[in-house]
Amino acid sequence: MTLPDVATDQTIDTSKLKVSDEVAVDMIGVNKWYADFHVLKDIDLRVQKGERIVIAGPSGSGKSTMIRCINALEEHQKGKIIVDGIELTNDLKKVDEVRKEVGMVFQHFNLFPHLTILENCTLGPIWVRKMPKAQAEEIAMQYLEKVKIPEQAKKYPGQLSGGQQQRVAIARSLCMSPHIMLFDEPTSALDPEMVKEVLEVMINLAESGMTMLCVTHEMGFARQVANRVIFMDQGQIIEQNEPEEFFLHPRHERTKLFLSQILH
Amino acid sequence: MTDMQSQGDLSYVRQEILKAAPPPMRVHGVWPWMRTNLFGSFGDTILSIVGALIALWVIVPLLQWTLINATWSGDREACAANTAGACWAFVKANFGQFIYGRYPDPERWRVNLFLVLMAAGIIPLAIPSAPFKGWNLVYIYVVFPVVAGILLVGGVFGLQLVETQVWGGLFLTLVVSYVGMAMSLPLGILLALGRRSKMPAVHYVCLFFIELCRGVPLITVLFMAGVLLPLFLPTGVNFDKLLRALLGLSLFAAAYMAEVIRGGLQAIPKGQFEGAKSLGLGYWQMMRLIVLPQAITIVIPGIVNTFIGLFKDTSLVYIISIFELLYTVRNSFSDPTWASSTTPASGLVFAAAVFWIFCFGMSRYSKFTEDRLRVGYKR
Repeated sequence: MTLPDVATDQTIDTSKLKVSDEVAVDMIGVNKWYADFHVLKDIDLRVQKGERIVIAGPSGSGKSTMIRCINALEEHQKGKIIVDGIELTNDLKKVDEVRKEVGMVFQHFNLFPHLTILENCTLGPIWVRKMPKAQAEEIAMQYLEKVKIPEQAKKYPGQLSGGQQQRVAIARSLCMSPHIMLFDEPTSALDPEMVKEVLEVMINLAESGMTMLCVTHEMGFARQVANRVIFMDQGQIIEQNEPEEFFLHPRHERTKLFLSQILH
Repeated sequence: MTDMQSQGDLSYVRQEILKAAPPPMRVHGVWPWMRTNLFGSFGDTILSIVGALIALWVIVPLLQWTLINATWSGDREACAANTAGACWAFVKANFGQFIYGRYPDPERWRVNLFLVLMAAGIIPLAIPSAPFKGWNLVYIYVVFPVVAGILLVGGVFGLQLVETQVWGGLFLTLVVSYVGMAMSLPLGILLALGRRSKMPAVHYVCLFFIELCRGVPLITVLFMAGVLLPLFLPTGVNFDKLLRALLGLSLFAAAYMAEVIRGGLQAIPKGQFEGAKSLGLGYWQMMRLIVLPQAITIVIPGIVNTFIGLFKDTSLVYIISIFELLYTVRNSFSDPTWASSTTPASGLVFAAAVFWIFCFGMSRYSKFTEDRLRVGYKR
């Protein structure tokens, strides 16, 4: 087996990538069904603060469903999920609290088309964090600069390219100053030329010490940034390892098959 | 082929990038337009001529009746003598009654003030660039109804009490329409949200209400509000007939509005809900800030359509003897001082024209809003 090519030519300051002992997300025996279909089977996953986890696997393997359980966009029916010390139950207040601390970036951006870029970014801080508008705008501009599109602040999402929209979506999440970021195939809907600009922003985010869980097919990104790669199939975690071992010496047959299909 | 270097059949490299050129000129003018659209072929020509003849056959007599041969002034004698045209003298003489109903003459200034106050609320709301939309809504939903109620009913602040039984004409039609529209939109939104709710009790109550209202004719609802409801109320409890009609009409219209709004809600992609939730927005914040603004924008034509229908349906309140415009007009036909063969037709044409002006205005406004929102944020 071979290592994938790196996703960007950025050099990463690995001294900044520190994993702490504190637990950010704890999933214990999580099960989920869509009607009779068993999507997640006994998922056990403990994420420490500062970890960058890439989740790979064939489509339908439950990887998106798993991370969407972490901010309760999907309900789990059995097991425990504890996020940032808060256990997700039916209590809607707990759910809202968790969502405040967990940012999410979607495959199709999910920006709000009737609001400007700046309004997209300030909405959460103003309405959820009750921040004064001027302060929220100041923070939003800082993050828009970090994702390198401050000049687009007054435009509407429909006027931006896919890569730009996804960078806005990342900035929008960051404006809530989350402790954990979830990425659900953030580059899958982008033109090939725009994948890199989004990955660069994500790498910068990793360097800032953010805890990240990322469902992606960008194996180069996994090699560069992840401290752990998780491989899922049929609703189960099949294999996990540090990236180099994962790519060079996969142990499960399904993993070997998957990697041979996507790496050349 | 100067910018192309041929290196075999399949290889091609562009050397110069072309500049964007203007589109080819289109042929403008009346004659080219007519040639393409009216007289494109032999069949088209025939159809155009036949169409023009039908239009003439309808329009000419209509113009003769309404304008050329009409009686513009005089009394019953003049109208009775002229059967070839409309009797506008009758409309002119009864104009005050058509607008104010039997509202006492010396108190008509109160109705005028009411109409001005209503316009003062609606016009700035309809102008997109006008400021203070939030306060405007407070005015529409709180200030104006209270002020209008005191002004029109009276009995306080030295205003003479005017019972709702003597209200009538266009002004009453506007009162009923205003209340119906102002109530049906928010109620409709709540019903639509309720019908989509995951809570079974809320879902089924809203579903039941909507389907019940949509399943019975408006006349039934009004009849029940006007005649049957008082029978079920405990003795001594009695509230105004007009109020009961307003309530019935509003709830009825709200059921229709709910289905229009629900259509808009269904058009919003799941990702919008998820995006809002992932930021930590609560249900009502998500609906108010993200979902409803987009959903309502989509269904503006449907909302205006419901408003237009409601405006015309107000004429049905006559069933419980409330003298809205059309009933006031019809009632005046029995006036012996104006009885003539052309009087009823003239009165009805006048009423139809008034209804048409309002409905057409709403329709144009809807078109304007659609166009504005289309250029707004969708490229």
